[in-house]
Amino acid sequence: MGNLMTAPIAVDSSEDRTMILNMGPQHPSTHGVLRLVLEIDGEVVVRVSPDIGFLHTGIEKTCEAKFYQQVVPLTDRLDYCSPMHNNLCYCLAVEKLLQLEIPERAQWMRVLLAELTRLNSHLIWLGTHAMDIGALTVFLYCFREREQILRLFDDLAGQRMMMSYIRIGGLALEPPLDFFPRVRAFLKTMPEKIDEYENLLTGNPIFINRLKGVGLLSKEDAISLGVTGPPLRASGVDWDLRRDMPYSSYEKFQFKVPVSTGCDVWSRYVLRVQEMRESVKIATQAVDGMPGGPIKADAPKIVLPDREVMKTQMEALIHHFKIVTEGFGVPAGEVYQAIESSRGEMGYYVVSDGTAKPYRVHMRNPTFATLQSIEKMCVGRLIADVVAAIGSIDIVLGEIDR
Amino acid sequence: MGLVTETQENRDAVLAAHADHRAIAALTQLSPGAIQNAKYDRGELTLTIARESIIAACRTVQAAGYNFLVDVTCVDWYPNQPRFQISYHILSHSLHQRIRFAVLVEEGDPSVDSITGVWPAANFYEREVFDLFGVRFGGHPNLRRIMMPEDYQGNPLRKDFPVEGYR
Repeated sequence: MGNLMTAPIAVDSSEDRTMILNMGPQHPSTHGVLRLVLEIDGEVVVRVSPDIGFLHTGIEKTCEAKFYQQVVPLTDRLDYCSPMHNNLCYCLAVEKLLQLEIPERAQWMRVLLAELTRLNSHLIWLGTHAMDIGALTVFLYCFREREQILRLFDDLAGQRMMMSYIRIGGLALEPPLDFFPRVRAFLKTMPEKIDEYENLLTGNPIFINRLKGVGLLSKEDAISLGVTGPPLRASGVDWDLRRDMPYSSYEKFQFKVPVSTGCDVWSRYVLRVQEMRESVKIATQAVDGMPGGPIKADAPKIVLPDREVMKTQMEALIHHFKIVTEGFGVPAGEVYQAIESSRGEMGYYVVSDGTAKPYRVHMRNPTFATLQSIEKMCVGRLIADVVAAIGSIDIVLGEIDR
Repeated sequence: MGLVTETQENRDAVLAAHADHRAIAALTQLSPGAIQNAKYDRGELTLTIARESIIAACRTVQAAGYNFLVDVTCVDWYPNQPRFQISYHILSHSLHQRIRFAVLVEEGDPSVDSITGVWPAANFYEREVFDLFGVRFGGHPNLRRIMMPEDYQGNPLRKDFPVEGYR
């Protein structure tokens, strides 16, 4: 993990004006273990060089040694703020390889869970971003609502985080009986809560002054640097995979895609708050229109049978045994499946050689690419603005380092 | 079952069936042999590009409307030759279409030209491939390890590297 002497551009020592400042990997505003090597002239940033890899656990390599269904729990650990998006994206990729059709109820459930996950993730972002800027109260408010979402997930999957609830071929379990009423009650209160956060922040002159005109990223730079998600839309590109390349029946939902041309940290803040409101709308539509039917595809050689069926039917028991001990073969080929995660385009590139283990799994993670734009955002600005810029990218080191 | 359908593995069949595809049309115009091989499978188009013409091919499709580089990664086909397949995923915002470029690289000289001049986004991705597969990218502005420590030996994502590491 690079030492200072190998930083990309040689420091011009002739003038002797600049100094090197290490920010992270244990700095609280770097949200984990991001290390930024800053070259500063007084308090002005001359150069930024991100140093990543502290959390590298070789998940891509581990995937190659697991059966397809065993990879699902690994995907949770990438972007731990929005685990369901990882589950969903991986499962969609393998289902595309298998050419497996998913029942409508499972698809709608996936949309509902994806939007709850987005709310969850944006709440963490809002809380920590505001805290980085100095507004401590918002953090507590956001985590109050986040806790409600986590409790819903707990009831659903038995886990607060790392749910692994979305499986290849559908979902793990039928949701509990009181799940939908509880989600509906939560969604009903959510717009008021978002108003509450906005009361604290949107009109707050300190907050506005810290964010407006900071971390500028032009439309052209955003596209050429591979920036996706809210930072891309805040730079004026009207692109959202949920609407433009729909997956998992997103085409059946009505929602707006907020776009802004502010290009700064402030417009990313406003845009994400609008996105939270849209997520509430999508989730409400999903709860209201939730179709009946099975939550797993009818593919006994791929999807684990229900426990009850296993106790009465010999074939189900055999299939269960086979899937658990030998996995299932996936026809050879390569696919790339992308979804709009909370942070941008999350993509899984899965290559199969026909066996029960993936030949190669590569995750295209949104913040890995977006982190490259940090230099454009920060050069010529103050050190304090670096903190705001990092917050506006909404980095999660788990998915950057993999 | 069955979502998308037909698979075409043969180059000429794919080029004939997708003659009006913007990327294929642009690349065929660049040079008739620019596309070495083509595959249409599960709704995804994979075009195999000659190693030396990857920059020209990227510039061509960029001009044809494929404005966004999504991802660069590698697949190790060890012990088969050519060993490495570099995969480029490219997206068009205006056409709502994705294409994949594949460049095949031999084990003896694992290198390919860097496309950071076309899309600066390739910077981190190419560093990652260099770090984990040991494929070099000619003309890359900062080709260093990105995930593993600087003094690390070996390339963990190669197939001849054991999952549990060397002990």
